[in-house]
Amino acid sequence: MSTSGSTSKITRRTALAGLSAGAALLAMPRLGRAADETIRIGFPTPLTGPFAAEARDQVKCAELAVKLVNDKGGIGGRKVELLVRDDKLNAGEAATRTLELIEKDKVHAVVGALSSAVQLAVNEVTRARGVIYVSISQSDTINEAKDFSKYTFHEALNPHMTTAAVARQALKKGMKVAHLVADYAYGHEMLRGFKRAQAAIGADNVGEILHPFGAADYSTFMPRLMSMRPDVLCISNFGRDQANAIKQAVDFGVKQQMKIVVPVILHNQRLAVGPDVFEGVVGGANYYWGLEAQSKSAGAFNAAFKAANGGAIPTDYGAYGYSGVGSLLAAMQTAGGTDTDKVIDALEKLQYDLTKGPQHYRKCDHQSVQSVLVLESKKKAAMANDNDLFAILANDTGSDDMLRSCSELGHAT
Amino acid sequence: MDLSLIIMQLLSGIALGAVLVITGLGLTIVFGMLGVVNFAHGALFMIGAYAGLYLASLTGSFWWGLLLAPVLIGAFGMLIEFVLIRRLYGRSIDDPLLLTFGLSYILVEGVRIVFGSDGIPFPTPPQLIGVLDLGIGFFPRYRLFVIALVAVVLLVLWLTLEKTRIGLIVRAGARDPTIMQVLGVDIGRVWLAIFGLGVGLAALGGVLAGPMRSVNPEMGSLVLAEAFVVTVIGGLGSIVGAVVAGLMVGISISMVALFAPEMATIVMFALMAVVLLIRPQGLFGVRGRTA
Repeated sequence: MSTSGSTSKITRRTALAGLSAGAALLAMPRLGRAADETIRIGFPTPLTGPFAAEARDQVKCAELAVKLVNDKGGIGGRKVELLVRDDKLNAGEAATRTLELIEKDKVHAVVGALSSAVQLAVNEVTRARGVIYVSISQSDTINEAKDFSKYTFHEALNPHMTTAAVARQALKKGMKVAHLVADYAYGHEMLRGFKRAQAAIGADNVGEILHPFGAADYSTFMPRLMSMRPDVLCISNFGRDQANAIKQAVDFGVKQQMKIVVPVILHNQRLAVGPDVFEGVVGGANYYWGLEAQSKSAGAFNAAFKAANGGAIPTDYGAYGYSGVGSLLAAMQTAGGTDTDKVIDALEKLQYDLTKGPQHYRKCDHQSVQSVLVLESKKKAAMANDNDLFAILANDTGSDDMLRSCSELGHAT
Repeated sequence: MDLSLIIMQLLSGIALGAVLVITGLGLTIVFGMLGVVNFAHGALFMIGAYAGLYLASLTGSFWWGLLLAPVLIGAFGMLIEFVLIRRLYGRSIDDPLLLTFGLSYILVEGVRIVFGSDGIPFPTPPQLIGVLDLGIGFFPRYRLFVIALVAVVLLVLWLTLEKTRIGLIVRAGARDPTIMQVLGVDIGRVWLAIFGLGVGLAALGGVLAGPMRSVNPEMGSLVLAEAFVVTVIGGLGSIVGAVVAGLMVGISISMVALFAPEMATIVMFALMAVVLLIRPQGLFGVRGRTA
């Protein structure tokens, strides 16, 4: 009896504490906004359209990065707020939303975008307004002198890095390589990266086919690709295009004749078409949850994500959302606030390790120097559980040598 | 360029065209007989793919999914006609157009809520996995099956319309519904059946496309555009037109892919523009007809 009485007492007390904490939580954002104390981060991403699955993971992880900072009392006592906007995978839409975020919502910095063309549009706006932008979309051009500004940071891998790492694993001297490429910035940059890596290794190019972005049917490209008789087929496209292209290539019996290689192998697309289709496909990645076997940071990130998302695991593009927002917040922490120049300075000096090992932004072009994973999709029989998608073939430690040199990108050295 | 490659390319085009024929046919029948421009056609194609996948996993067989999904979604189409579209007959053509446009949003969003916005794998039936050696190259068994099945469906449809009493009523109803009513035919029931048939064909297209593409809530939007192109090229309301135009578009896409692959999507719109310039009513359309 007495035990149950004391339990109920504690419960009541806990409930009271909970209530007051809740009231404080409710009151805080109001106070914050009134005093303009909240730190606001704009986050445009394509929540609708063919990259929706990846975009949603980005949002979940970005929210996690914000939550972890807020749980520890925010930055200099200021709470952080994430303002997510749907860019609809459209450059014009992204530019409008970004402008709105800056002018109307008065964000202190922008992180996000998934498509390479869209991030360039966001970058145009942030650069003109002098707002920091941390891009988490794969691109080579954003670091080149013509698109770069001191406000531009690039947390994602770039095509040059991934294609080089993948080519090192999958290509050998004298191999014949054919390309199926999405006809837009991402595809073109990946193709350029592969051809450069190919030339260095001594593999031969036997043909390239450009396909329209967002195509649903790839069957019409297959007879010609087969007739090129390559040893390796590089498929450089993204999102559902990757799933559809690989599926239809497999239907045409491509895998019996050649190996399928992709610059970036996508977690969600592998889930969308199943293990049999992806079996043996090799591709690069910024992150894979299975890295926790070799990396403490990955283990901690997985655990935090699982706790916040009912036991789910974080995906590759999700990790970008986490490290993009996380690195920015870490720099704001060092800078003691949101003063743009101080935060830029802090970002340039920042050494961070959020998901997979040490990373830093290179001074000349603000590209994040980081490790590159090369993964191979497992066959169904080899999967230990539903999340066991890939085997890690390589984990190349990040170094400046992986990047094109500052002078090649047109920066003063 | 060797001949075998061109033949393989032609075959890819026919397989691609087969699905276009089925979806274009559903759209054109409904327009020709009911005067309804069905903007939910793409969404119903997508619903068909999901229904096929769901029924296949429920029964453990792709074949049940292929058989039942078009019937079930066709019945759903009849419900849509009975509850919603029926009220708009006799009004301007914009009204059912807007209604079905809104309906497509509801259907897509509904699927997103129930099945999520990620794609779902639709496995190829085990009997049709792999490629067939045609002597000049390899071609996926499943795509050959699609060509054959579409040919059978077309034959059955043609026989029904041309050789049976029901077909006679349907054709007469399309010409002059008033006379049919005077003759004592319940034209409302004919329209109900036609709308159901159109939707059923969309669903059949969805199930057939499922194993070739990943199944996702947005898969119908491109299909709707393609179906409209086929309908416009073939002539609004013309069944023969839909068949010819569907194959023409499929083969054009495939042949252009051989020489200028990046133009593969644009070619069908170019083809449509040319047809509209030379023959505004479409290849098999009747001039001045507004249904």
